[in-house]
Formats: sequence, structure tokens, C-alpha cells
Amino acid sequence: MKNAFQRWLDGDIDLMANISDAAREHDHARADIKERDKKIAREIDSRRETVLMIAREREGLKMVYDVIAVICCVLVILVFMYIIAQLPLYGAENVRATTVAERYIEHGLEETGAINIVSGMILDYRAFDTLGESHVLFTALICVMILLRVDSKNQRKGFEDYYATMRETYFASEKDTILRTIGIFLVPCIFVYGIYVLLNGQNSPGGGFSGGAIMGAAMIIFTSAFGFDRVDRFFTLKLQTYVTFVALSFYSFAKGYVFFTGANGLENHIPKGTPGAILSGGLILPLDVAVGLVVACTMFGFYSLFRRGQIGGSLGRINS
Amino acid sequence: MLETLLNNYEEAAAIVLFGIGFTMLLLHRNLIKKLIGMNIMDTGIFLFLASMGYIRGRKAPIITDGVTDVNAYINPVPAGLVLTGIVVSVSVTAVMLSLAIRLYRRYHTLDLDDIYLLSRHQTEDR
Amino acid sequence: MDLSEIFKIILIVLLIGCAVAVNLTPSLLQAVIIFMSYSSVMCLLWILMESPDLAITEAAVGAGVSGLLFLVTLKKIRREDENAEPGETGPAEGKGSRR
Repeated sequence: MKNAFQRWLDGDIDLMANISDAAREHDHARADIKERDKKIAREIDSRRETVLMIAREREGLKMVYDVIAVICCVLVILVFMYIIAQLPLYGAENVRATTVAERYIEHGLEETGAINIVSGMILDYRAFDTLGESHVLFTALICVMILLRVDSKNQRKGFEDYYATMRETYFASEKDTILRTIGIFLVPCIFVYGIYVLLNGQNSPGGGFSGGAIMGAAMIIFTSAFGFDRVDRFFTLKLQTYVTFVALSFYSFAKGYVFFTGANGLENHIPKGTPGAILSGGLILPLDVAVGLVVACTMFGFYSLFRRGQIGGSLGRINS
Repeated sequence: MLETLLNNYEEAAAIVLFGIGFTMLLLHRNLIKKLIGMNIMDTGIFLFLASMGYIRGRKAPIITDGVTDVNAYINPVPAGLVLTGIVVSVSVTAVMLSLAIRLYRRYHTLDLDDIYLLSRHQTEDR
Repeated sequence: MDLSEIFKIILIVLLIGCAVAVNLTPSLLQAVIIFMSYSSVMCLLWILMESPDLAITEAAVGAGVSGLLFLVTLKKIRREDENAEPGETGPAEGKGSRR
């Protein structure tokens, strides 16, 4: 009675016969996807040839179109140049429209508590504009989600988008040595710098948008260097939804009534603090944080949707 | 008139950039080039708007040493407007790029004339 | 004219040169990279016009996120041309890019 090892030595059994090779299963799915895409591409190409044959007959019109386009652009530039020649001189004091700017500079520090007059202006005097702009970012994220998202409905109907996007997850290049080494050093520094710019929005150049964009960029580098698996542990769709919703609602409740009361809004009794400290400026710091969070989530959401069609990673890699 | 034009060189450069971006929108057939042209138009307008607030010899509007004199800082209002504009520009670019990706998946080409002809051809078939 | 004005004029000439170069390149990848450098020169121009908020935002958003989105779009388009036979040029370069 020989044991298994002796039988294998003699060539009687093959120990590897029953082990399912994961890579080979993926190859079947990959081949299916390639076949299907080839079929679709061939069908579109055949129609395209007939259509373009008709279009090539209109070759002569393109030269006329080019010339007219260039003439149009030169005319536009000339008209604007004529207008510029009648503007006040560049760099000189603008005597026509300075009453509002004078008020902001002279009374900005005592009314808002912010050293950076631009930050104090967009988050206190003109907070309604910034509210609208945060909503524009959120709307853009929703639009990109509608266009590029891949979810279980697409998977069932078998859209070509789904196969194309799922196929992409094979080619994520997060094992690169240079990216990993540089990512270990750079990502914490960039993140901390983004938080610094965000918190000091009222004391130095920066503010909500810049800090949020820097934090979003740090998340993007982290994803490229270490892969989507690591990021999915803490940045899920639920987290992004809650953070965006809470930040935007807080901003709306804090400054949405300005539409009815006008000008500087009601008197809020949040202490203004000493100018120059981090906890100064009244309501400016919480609003900065809200705007920064929305911008960071939106920038990373764009990148995630472009790369793989989903934000949270709930769909997994490939489902056959 | 020419002297004013030479003195306002920054606004003139902004209008030239606007014209170049506009030309890219009209003359190129590739969707990605058109989007880059739209972005160049946007930045040209931002340059024009922010140069309205610049005053020679004055500093950035960050209060140092408690000096709140009007004659020491530039006009801060156009800078706030441009800040909003930059973020809106990136949002519009993101939505347009996702539209371009969907168009490519549907028609397998990025050429705008071909996409128009293919879409008309396909609707006539049905 | 003092030195900062001359520097500003040099930067503006560089800016217009970058914009014309984006117009004339046939390759899309080159156009996107030149666009990112255009954004960086714009960031320098904002500093010279005494608006540091705009400079930080333009550097992070124009040269950072916006250029990155262009590159990711190019990657998605080229990736879907993997099934094309070798020798076929995709829509990213060659025939589709300029009249």
C-alpha cells in the first residue's frame, strides 16, 4: 500500500488536478468580455464606414468653415480690444467703484474678526455666494455619478459600460515601487498641510477651497500609491454621503436666512476672539471646515468615479 | 487709444487668451481639445476680472500690524469672485469629461462630426 | 518700469505661448501636459498680482485636480482600445485630432 507521495513519484496521480486556479477563471471572464466588445466594435465600425462615405463628399465646405471661424475669432478679439482702450488705466486707483471695498477694508477686522480680508468677505459679508458654490460642487458630483456609476442594475442588464469598467480593475498599478516609497513620505505631509491651510483660513492666505483641494489631492495620491482596497476601509459611500450632507446642511442653516434679512444678516453672538489666533473670526472657522470637507469629498469622489465607477467599493472586483 | 491699450497690457493678454480658447472650440474636432479650449477661456476671464482689482504699489489684503488704511491694500472684491469661478470651472470640466467618456463608449469615436452623423444615422434606422 | 512689471510681461508671453502650443500639438497627452504647465504659470501670475488665495487654489485645482481628470479620461479611452488590432490608430492621436 503506497502512500500518496510514492504514488505521485511514480506518476500515478496528479496532485494538482482538483485545485481550482483562480487566475484561469478570471481568464474565462476576460475572454468573454473581449469577445463581446469586439462584436460591438465591429458593428459600430460597419455602420460608421457607410455614414462617413456620405460625409466625405462635403470636404470642400471645411475650408470655408475654417476661414470663417478664424475671422470670427479675430473680430471678437478686436471688439474687446476697442472696449479695453476705454477702460480706466490698469494699476491706477479705481475711483468709480470703491465704496464697498473701502467698507470691507476699514471695518473688516472689527466686524468679522478675520485678518485675511478676502476670506472674511466670502464667508461673512458674502456668505450666500459661497453657499451657492458649495451646492454647485455637490450637484456636479451627482451629475458625474449619474453618468459614470456602475451598480448592480447595470450588471444585470449587461451594459457594455459595466464590462468595460470592471475590466479596468485588473490594470490598477498599485505595486509600483516609486509610488509606494514616495507615498509613504508625501501623503502625511500633504494631508497635514491641507489641514493647516484649512484651519488658518482667516489668518493667512488659504481658506476652505484651497485646504479642501489639497486634502482631496492627498487622498488621490494615497489611492494611486496603495490601491483602492486600503481606501475602501475608511472612505465608504455612507461616510461620504453623511459628511457632505451634514456640512451642507450646517452651512445652509447658518447662513441661508441672509436671503430674507439682507446685507450682513442677524447679529450672532459667537465671540470673535483675538485676531491672529486659530479660534477667531466667529462663525468663519466652522464654515471653513464645512466647505473644505465638501470640496475634499467632491475631488476624491470625481477621481474614484472616473477610475472605477463607484465611490465606496461596494461592488467588489468582478462578479461573474 | 494705443497708449491706453499698451498700459492695460494685462487685460489685453486676457482677451487674447479668451480668443485662443474660443478658436480651439471652433477649429478642433476632438472633444478633449475642445474641453481644453473651454478651460483656457475660463482662465482668461479670471485673469481679466482679477486685474481689475490690482493697484500699483499696494499689498495683498491681509492686515498686518493693524493698519486698516484703505490706501495700503488692493481691492479685495474681484479676488473673491474669481475664487468662486475657479471651483465652478473644475466642476464643469469634470461633468463634461464624464459626458465625453459616455459618448466614446456609445460611438467609439471622439470626433464630434462623426458622432453627430452616427447619431442621426441611427435614429433614421428606427 | 521696474523689475516686477518686466517679469509679469515675460510670464504673460509664456502664457500665450503655452496656449498656442496646446492648439498646435497633434498628440492629446502632450496637450494635457502643456495645459498643466499653463496652469502653473497662471499660479505665478496670481502671486504677482497680490492675490495669494487665488494662487493656492489655482495650483491645487488647475494643475492638480483638473489636469489629473484629463489624464484619467485619456487612460479610460486608450484602455478601451486594447481590442483594436495593432496598426490601427485610436481616436486619441492622428486622424481625429485636427483638421
